[in-house]
Amino acid sequence: MNTADIHQALLEQFGSDVITGINLETIDGWIEIAAESIVEVGTYLRDDERFAFEHLNNLCGVDYCEPDPKKAKSFNHEPHLEVVYHLSSYTHKHWLTLKVMLPRWQGDVAGELPEMPSVSEVWAIADWHEREAYDMFGIRFAGHPNLRRILCPEDWEGFPLRKDYEFPLEYHGIRGR
Amino acid sequence: MTTELQDPRQDPRIIEYDVRTDEMLVNMGPQHPSTHGVLRLLLRTDGEIVHEVTPHLGYLHRCAEKIGENLATPQWIPYTDRMDYLAGMNMNLGFSLAVEKLIGMEVSDKAQVLRVIIAELGRIASHLVGMGAYGLDLGTFSPFLWAFREREIILDLFEEVCGARLTYSYLTVGGATHDLPTSITIPPGLASLTKLPADTTLSWTDALLKFLNWLEPRIQEYHTLLTRNQIFIKRTAGLGILSPERAKSFGCTGPVLRGSGVDWDLRRDGEPIYTRMYEGYEYEVPLAPFEAAPPEVVLGDNWCRFYVRMMEVVQSIGLVRQSIERYATAEGPFRETFKLNTKLPTDECYLETESPRGQMGFYLVGDGKAEPLRARAKSSCFCNLAVCPPITEGNLLADIPAIVGSVDIVMGEIDR
Repeated sequence: MNTADIHQALLEQFGSDVITGINLETIDGWIEIAAESIVEVGTYLRDDERFAFEHLNNLCGVDYCEPDPKKAKSFNHEPHLEVVYHLSSYTHKHWLTLKVMLPRWQGDVAGELPEMPSVSEVWAIADWHEREAYDMFGIRFAGHPNLRRILCPEDWEGFPLRKDYEFPLEYHGIRGR
Repeated sequence: MTTELQDPRQDPRIIEYDVRTDEMLVNMGPQHPSTHGVLRLLLRTDGEIVHEVTPHLGYLHRCAEKIGENLATPQWIPYTDRMDYLAGMNMNLGFSLAVEKLIGMEVSDKAQVLRVIIAELGRIASHLVGMGAYGLDLGTFSPFLWAFREREIILDLFEEVCGARLTYSYLTVGGATHDLPTSITIPPGLASLTKLPADTTLSWTDALLKFLNWLEPRIQEYHTLLTRNQIFIKRTAGLGILSPERAKSFGCTGPVLRGSGVDWDLRRDGEPIYTRMYEGYEYEVPLAPFEAAPPEVVLGDNWCRFYVRMMEVVQSIGLVRQSIERYATAEGPFRETFKLNTKLPTDECYLETESPRGQMGFYLVGDGKAEPLRARAKSSCFCNLAVCPPITEGNLLADIPAIVGSVDIVMGEIDR
């Protein structure tokens, strides 16, 4: 099944409040899901025989933001975070990209991390991928069994893959530059 | 002073009564020889039994993804070398293909055939290390030395092609940086193995063929040394059993997945931009359970994962032979032009390729600049390591290296 067919089937199942958008103009195409419903949609996509998306290939965050005010004019995206899910099926050999849009900060209050449900119950590997997304982007995954940093040390400050991240000048007496 | 008869258990001087059979935490690594790099496993042990395994990673984290956002795509290729540093060629290939998918570039037949030769040779070299180092984990030293003798020749051949022995940056966007050399002096290692004079001059493909002819019969020796060795079987069979359902849920890929009996290989089942490279070649995808397996072997155990790799080496040798034949007649340039300052389209794509350790994925988001907005490297070993805690729990402490080793991880790729 291609992305358009899957989008149609999902719309019939969940309605347009949950399946909030589709983009077929990119190379892979993607479907946008409302953050609070990602677990139901994921479970449905995994268990329904027509889709059988048993494999979560990749889960990662993307930060759309241009911290430099001079370049911000030519930056054609609203500042936001995306969580991207790449799925594939062993039985049907089809691929799918899902996206969840999140604000960069919860309620636009700087320092308040955005939050969304964890899919680690649906695909076990999401456990580690979500830890990485938390580590790098500061996205909280509600219901995650062990949401700690995974690549950076536990006491690291900031979220390195955010565009406005400032490199630390010093870490435990080690000079940064 | 009167000495009262006390309960001896209350007497702090008699320490024998103080011994408890409590759980103990044991740190394995980050400098342990069998953790394959700098991985720290925190083991909760009760005597010899391991109840819980917690991997701590990140010791080799070099911010590759952040660097990728600040470099033009061809400039990031040397960083992909340093991810899975035992299969740098396959990392280069995966990333180059992802960029080509993003900008919609088609490479020539010749470049495709060249890539198959190099990628499959990289797979052989990587599996040789995987096999040799696995023997080392289990306490046998000879296979390691033998495997490195063979790998050395492959590295010599790679050196003739691109000048580097470990971090090649050879396969690049549009094809490869150079064509295969037409005339080389035989690598010294190959000369001594094949008893040819040291000043023999021959084409690169001929040297490769001589090496393959020498390597192919040696595979049987490895089977004698490891696969059918009773000690090896006792250490591997029936241990670290990974069920197909769990392998799928944990997103395991490559030999780990096929060792659990899931028939999935991206060279055959992947996206067209990758599978068309392998069209028309005759090869099989080794898949557990095997008929040749000893009776102790269970589907998805250490032995199956190891044997999948051994069989893949044989298949890769066949693939290289076929691609050498094709290379003689393949047409087109070895590289399409791709300028460093080429602007990436405002688009995004994700592509996975079958690297020796599993499916290496690259996710690129372009934004009208030469540098991508997001360069994500999804590591196969990352997922394969994630499955280690559930399959190691309940095993003996001494079997932990045997199980983690059979998954064949490279920390450079996990930490990026």
